[in-house]
Amino acid sequence: MDTLSQSFALALGMVAHLDPRLTQIVALSIAVSLASTFCSALIGLPLGAAVAIARFPGRSAVIVALNAAMGLPPVVVGLLVYLLLSRAGPLGRFGLLFTPPAMVIAQTILIVPIIAALTRQIVEDAWGEYREQLRSLDASWLQSTLTLLWDTRWSLLTVLLAGFGRAASEVGAVIIVGGNIDGVTRVMTTAIALETSKGDLALALGLGIVLLTLVMALNVGAHLTRQWARARFG
Amino acid sequence: MGDAEIVAGLPIVASGVTLVRRGVRVLDGVDLTIEPRSRTFILGANGAGKSMLLRVLHGLIVPDAGRVAWGRDTARPPRQAMVFQRPVLLRRSAAGNIRHALAIAGIRGADAHRRADEALARVCLAAIADRPARVLSGGEQQRLALARASALEPEVLFLDEPTASLDPPSSRAVEGIVESIHASGTTIVMTTHSLAQAKRLADTVVFLAAGRVTECTDAARFFKAPRSCEARTFIEGERL
Repeated sequence: MDTLSQSFALALGMVAHLDPRLTQIVALSIAVSLASTFCSALIGLPLGAAVAIARFPGRSAVIVALNAAMGLPPVVVGLLVYLLLSRAGPLGRFGLLFTPPAMVIAQTILIVPIIAALTRQIVEDAWGEYREQLRSLDASWLQSTLTLLWDTRWSLLTVLLAGFGRAASEVGAVIIVGGNIDGVTRVMTTAIALETSKGDLALALGLGIVLLTLVMALNVGAHLTRQWARARFG
Repeated sequence: MGDAEIVAGLPIVASGVTLVRRGVRVLDGVDLTIEPRSRTFILGANGAGKSMLLRVLHGLIVPDAGRVAWGRDTARPPRQAMVFQRPVLLRRSAAGNIRHALAIAGIRGADAHRRADEALARVCLAAIADRPARVLSGGEQQRLALARASALEPEVLFLDEPTASLDPPSSRAVEGIVESIHASGTTIVMTTHSLAQAKRLADTVVFLAAGRVTECTDAARFFKAPRSCEARTFIEGERL
């Protein structure tokens, strides 16, 4: 109990004084997760919208696959990306293993299904409502898609926040492809894992506090955004 | 209708239009001509196929048999728009909704702004041009849907029971707008449940029963002496 309260006090102190070790890890975490969310949005939003609107053979299978891929085990994704990026792997010559870009790649693979699957659901619901009107206006496929994405923009923003939350709190994939190198690829989750096993509970707890606060703030933000948009736009 | 040649995409001629849904002939060999500048009302009981016929004429549904042709010589469909029973408005401002429809039709910039302002003024919604469309009242939403349709300056306007879920004052407002759109030269094709509304507005009445046209006649004659037994029953049912 003593250790816990002592560590907690130390951790709060580190957060309060913006301990440089802590801030560096937090900054890298946020940068990597933002980059992953951005890349995933570029792939996942159009992919989800396309699956929502297009009718093609095997569409149900694609939807099931997308939904299933939301639960991809991070360590398995980490292992696959590791194999791809390792010296002997097909992308080995780029020398990305144990660098932040490798972590972005792994996180992107993890989040794309989340963003695509949720986007598909949201856009499909809106499409059900808008389809006749848009066809009546003689809107092209592209015009319809853009209209739907714009009209569901607030719901999609919460999808992106969910993706970011998943990226920031994920540990299995980034520890494999990033290597948890101090000052280079050490992020909040990998640092917590390491510091806990080393016994530096204060730093681990401090990072835990920041991570929890971040995830909670994101969820509150998503909730408030949805509420505000519903009141404002119906 | 001597001015038929002025409106290139009209008349709309449906011949043998048949639509089968779940084994039921929702429309069964419908032959129909929509004359330019007319106000054609499609009447009939629930499930008679009114909405389906409207959607086929508008081109939203391709019939299983038969065809819809436009114009006397050309195959060009008329400029057309449709107003649905429940207006589908986008999550934008009232004016934004109209400008979006215009943009899809390739009309942008100052021209689009002018047309949107005029259309909003026509339905008395100019004061709420910047309000989000989906938080407007039911009557305002339907008027906005009419403004959006009229801004496209359609040659034919299809309306699917536009007043079905509105209170009497809102219904009257919608009727007035439909009249003014017709007065500017637009052909009106509308379904309704209200015989009184059809009496006030219609030139021509098409009566549908079980997917078949039992009557297609001048409105005054229809209400005085309907020829088909289904139409007589329908009108008498209303009087009871």
